[in-house]
Amino acid sequence: MPARYGAVMRNFLAMSAVLALSVVALGCGGGARDEAGTATLITIDGSSTVFPIAEAMAEEFGKANPDVRTPTVGISGTGGGFQKFCRSEADISNASRPIRPAEIDACRTAGVDYIELPIAYDGIAIVVNPANTWARAITVAELRTLWAPEAQGKVTRWNQVRTSWPNRDIRLFGAGVDSGTYDYFTEAIVGKEGASRGDFTSSEDDNVIVQGVASDELALGFLPLAYVEQNRSRLTIVPVDDGKAERGAGPITPSAETVRDGTYQPLSRPLFIYVARKAADRPDVQQFVQMFFDRPELVREVGYIELTPQIYDLARTHFADRKVGTAFGEGGSQVGVTLEELLARER
Amino acid sequence: MTLRPRARSRGFEALIEWALFICALLSIGTTAGIILVLAIETVAFLREVSIVAFLFGTEWTPLFATPRFGVLPLVAGTTLVSVIAMLVALPMGLLSAIYLSEYAPPRLRRVIKPVLEILAGVPTVVYGYFALLFVTPLLQRFIPGLAGFNALGPGIVMGIMILPLVSSLSEDAMQAVPRGLREGSYALGATRMQTSIRVVVPAAFSGITAACILAASRAIGETMIVAIAAGQQPRLTWNPLVPIETMTAYIVQVSLGDTPQGTIEYRTIFAVGMLLFLGTFLLNLASAWLRERFREEYG
Repeated sequence: MPARYGAVMRNFLAMSAVLALSVVALGCGGGARDEAGTATLITIDGSSTVFPIAEAMAEEFGKANPDVRTPTVGISGTGGGFQKFCRSEADISNASRPIRPAEIDACRTAGVDYIELPIAYDGIAIVVNPANTWARAITVAELRTLWAPEAQGKVTRWNQVRTSWPNRDIRLFGAGVDSGTYDYFTEAIVGKEGASRGDFTSSEDDNVIVQGVASDELALGFLPLAYVEQNRSRLTIVPVDDGKAERGAGPITPSAETVRDGTYQPLSRPLFIYVARKAADRPDVQQFVQMFFDRPELVREVGYIELTPQIYDLARTHFADRKVGTAFGEGGSQVGVTLEELLARER
Repeated sequence: MTLRPRARSRGFEALIEWALFICALLSIGTTAGIILVLAIETVAFLREVSIVAFLFGTEWTPLFATPRFGVLPLVAGTTLVSVIAMLVALPMGLLSAIYLSEYAPPRLRRVIKPVLEILAGVPTVVYGYFALLFVTPLLQRFIPGLAGFNALGPGIVMGIMILPLVSSLSEDAMQAVPRGLREGSYALGATRMQTSIRVVVPAAFSGITAACILAASRAIGETMIVAIAAGQQPRLTWNPLVPIETMTAYIVQVSLGDTPQGTIEYRTIFAVGMLLFLGTFLLNLASAWLRERFREEYG
């Protein structure tokens, strides 16, 4: 549904929530997190990719605990979320990539410890308009030709990507630079995080991209799988061929199966929440975080892929042990982290 | 005894005077504050980016890894949408003004004019979605290859939005043309059409121009419609069928993300804002000057 204004409203709500929280904090002499740890509001911010999961959890949490205020979930993008998180303006940060070295430093300087918890798996789908009759599959090399910084102003027609495609304009849509989806996509396709052409319609709000591709015959865009699931009739998925036969030969369509078995590569990635160490002592936060392990069916409901029970158990243990820090020390997006790899890292 | 109440009331009077003065000062102070902040941040921006690169550069990618700060694509986007809006609003606004002023019976005018002005009262976010979800899909039936986000749909809708501004102010200007001029024209045997086009419109010309400039200034500063329906892709083009980005839409985009304060990306919105402010300010000045002139002639 309509895009831009939704984002404005949600950001406005998130901002008012943050404002309200700071007012409370001032009013109580800095004691928003009071000793008893009850009756305070859980604030969540960050990735728009993780948003549908966090929102579903928050809703269920609110239903199950009518005496507790329903947690607020903002959309600032993964980068924006970490900024707020490290300033202690959010209890939980949603992230569609692991925390980056610069963000690790920012949190350390501010004295914010965090517990990293993998919560789901996602594929980034390449989508075109349903009226597009030619793009039936695309290779990673072609995607690189299309999105690399050198393509700016030069690769502007479909037949420049593949000669058999029509000699018509190509119009590109993708995640904004504050978004973890953008970081991951550039790392996986171009080979360098944050490196891409600049002449495409970029938005932190994935709904804008849905609207753009759904209303333009010549469009191509990339989107988290959940947003594609919700708009199945308005978008066509383009299978991606990574040219590596050992991970499934030929073009692979992103789906729960291909993402889970590691054949839809390199555009599959784990999603995380980061919980502030201090907030983890609050009973309401503990209860809320448990929901991510206990209710994986909600992950499936909103269109993502749930992790294996083993990984959820590991995450549960990490949370119980208050294991702070990240298992992704090299920082930022990492391509090709399959479920087994994730499991190994979490151990 | 008698002095006391008087002194008290005088003190009270002074208090009220001061309160009113402060109220007036507040709005002037706010304006001055806005200009000051714009200027400070713009100067800080121009210290890092040369003014030539800013004003004449043809690529605008300040948020990306290799930033370019050429504002021309945003200026082109704003100009393109505004020109389309004026192409819609000018003829329609002028013709309805002529009808309302010269042809419509007074009773009908008393109904039509306020109804037309309702158009100006519709929230711009409604216009934005009207452009995105109704006008653009409608246009796509006739124009193959029209993108979902484009300059044409929002331009047309914006033209409808500023139409009452043009028609209402132009009609006021025509009404102010002295009756004697019309009667003189009729006495010479001119038809109603000839009188309207050759006598009334030229006589009210400065007022009509002022109305048009004001409408253009409104179109340039309009934000919500273009932020929703025109896209977010700075592109130096005169093609109205593809996604573009206007200056106002860029400011919205950056304000929605989380660009940290004090960075060059953050300062771009002030530099763009300053440019926008200067543009609309000059247009408003021109409009005020023209209206002043028109008042002198027939006042």
